[in-house]
Amino acid sequence: MKQLTIISGKGGTGKTTLVASLAALAQQPVLVDCDVDAADLHLLLRPQVKQKHDFFGGSKAVIDSDECTRCGVCAGVCRYRAISPDPFRVDPVLCEGCGVCVDLCPVQAIHEREQLAGRWYESSTAFGPMMHAELFPGQDNSGKLVAEIRKRAVEVAAANDHELVIVDGPPGVGCPVISALTGVDAALLITEPSPSGLHDLERVLELTRHFDIQAMVAINKADLAPDLVARIRQAVGKLAVPVLGELPYDTAAVAAMVAGQPVVTHSNGPLATAIDGVWRQVRRRLGDRAE
Amino acid sequence: MIVSIASGKGGTGKTTVATSLARYLGNGATYADGDVEAPNGHLFLHPVVTETREHHVPTVRVDHDACTFCGKCSEVCRFHAIAVLPKAVLVFDELCHGCGGCVLQCPEKAISEVERPIGTVEIGAIGGVRFVGGRLNVGEAMSPPLIRAVRDEVTGDETVILDAPPGTSCPVVAAVHRSDFCVLVTEPTPFGLHDFSLAVKMIRLLGVPFGAVINRVGIGDDRVHAYCEREGIEILAEIPDDRRIAEAYARGEVPLDAVPEMRAAIARLWDAVPARVGGSAERRP
Amino acid sequence: MKIAITCNSDSLDAPVDPRFGRAASFLIFDTETEQTRLVPNEQNRQATQGAGIQAGQTVVDAGVSALITGNVGPKAFRVLEAGGVKVYLADQVTCREAIAALQAGRLESTSAANRPGHWS
Repeated sequence: MKQLTIISGKGGTGKTTLVASLAALAQQPVLVDCDVDAADLHLLLRPQVKQKHDFFGGSKAVIDSDECTRCGVCAGVCRYRAISPDPFRVDPVLCEGCGVCVDLCPVQAIHEREQLAGRWYESSTAFGPMMHAELFPGQDNSGKLVAEIRKRAVEVAAANDHELVIVDGPPGVGCPVISALTGVDAALLITEPSPSGLHDLERVLELTRHFDIQAMVAINKADLAPDLVARIRQAVGKLAVPVLGELPYDTAAVAAMVAGQPVVTHSNGPLATAIDGVWRQVRRRLGDRAE
Repeated sequence: MIVSIASGKGGTGKTTVATSLARYLGNGATYADGDVEAPNGHLFLHPVVTETREHHVPTVRVDHDACTFCGKCSEVCRFHAIAVLPKAVLVFDELCHGCGGCVLQCPEKAISEVERPIGTVEIGAIGGVRFVGGRLNVGEAMSPPLIRAVRDEVTGDETVILDAPPGTSCPVVAAVHRSDFCVLVTEPTPFGLHDFSLAVKMIRLLGVPFGAVINRVGIGDDRVHAYCEREGIEILAEIPDDRRIAEAYARGEVPLDAVPEMRAAIARLWDAVPARVGGSAERRP
Repeated sequence: MKIAITCNSDSLDAPVDPRFGRAASFLIFDTETEQTRLVPNEQNRQATQGAGIQAGQTVVDAGVSALITGNVGPKAFRVLEAGGVKVYLADQVTCREAIAALQAGRLESTSAANRPGHWS
């Protein structure tokens, strides 16, 4: 069983669009949508939810105003400027749940409240089982939620003999991305030919090197700027990272999205053909990796 | 006045709008790049950077001579960043949130704070526009402390255009919290609409007044427009889908003058914003 | 000597739990008295972060000199190593079989974590 994560650094390069098509091309993979902040894969794969789970993040401090003696110790010790001066109130957005005010309040007027931070789902789709989640807006601990759904995906894959787990990664290089990358067999990096695409690609390549993960690149919307495509190939070639293919800008991408389908299911135009080409290479390289 | 530019979905055009707005405002404005994981503003504005500073976050060290291995620090740490063993105390720097709890509560006063670097803050300028940016060290998990460091470099006395990261969770909150106004940039596609609705929930939670800019109008359908109508969200400007804008972007140019419609849209956006926060609508010369 | 094994019951015929940080419990086996006791790990299963660290502390506090489990991450390993606990990896065997293998010298202690770190 292999795990493949699709990331990009920069948002909007086409990760989810590509993952949906890979789901259709692979043989019943297990899908995991790790962009828990802004999950979109379900819009193309139409999962049927089989099980729902609550996700608890950390805790937040709450001051009981009846018990509060207004001594102000809490506001004095809070490192996150989360406690307003008299009347003393904790701003839940700024509170990091460190518990220092709880521990130090002389009259124990501050309580810790566990946060229901999101939900995650085990679902089935026409293309394979899917784990996905929603982190409630404004929450933290996205990395932990990512780890949770990844863990379940691996369990399901092992229990039912699925050969591949495909992870739709989030943008950026921070904790949810790291959580989506650890322990996978390969990372497919989607970029676009723009200065931001190249800049952020180099950042995620640093990240895959840092975690010692085999990296491969695909260049999306390649026909928009051929000279930048050449620069990307050059930069990536210096790092001995292969470019698996170039995907053309194709209105079929949005048309398929509007129809709620993967591109390769909805069309057989130039983008669908190019995606198929990338998939063949991915499959070959995953198969080549020694166990 | 701090105007943040956010979105739910990545790639909708935050940096396009933010850099265009900063260029439009010109002399006296400040552009702040809060997307410290994937900073892009500098690629288009080309600021002359005059200062680069390492930003540090706290972690702790235990004096093993003073320590009695009582375990109190491990007990109070909500982040499990300290493990107390019979002959050693281990600190896990990457889990430490710098709350100071263990320092305050160690009965032997054996714990002290030290700093470790997580990234850099850059300060510069271009064409009269002040530039502030941050860059998280690759491998660091937590971006909010560095985003707050970028925020600390600007004040409400300036006109600040703050480019936020994509998403709806703690990094965006760190960028957008207590800004005076937030512009949510979206695109008229199913992904755009879905993530926009999540961003709207987030911004309403934060209580920051906001409006929408719809970018790349023409590529999808009109469900985003219908959603804004239903929710009473003001559409401050619309930018058409035009290959020339994408090409300017791909060349590393601020797309403000790629097509006339872009400048018109930015002007319309800026016309609306200050009025929505009770400020004056004048554009600095 | 005392051995800790990740396990979800106090029966020696139960399988070794492949997880460490979020294992249900630890079966502590004393090779001299051949007694077993079960130390629960419930409080760590829902931990936001640092489950491996806490589990490591629990095992060290139990006074064992060896741990048998399926997988150990880098933070947990650091705790176990500092606490003087040797880590042995065993897969798809019962606790009884794992103990026998250890005593017969058929299990090798690991010198590093066999799993990459989690998100934090």
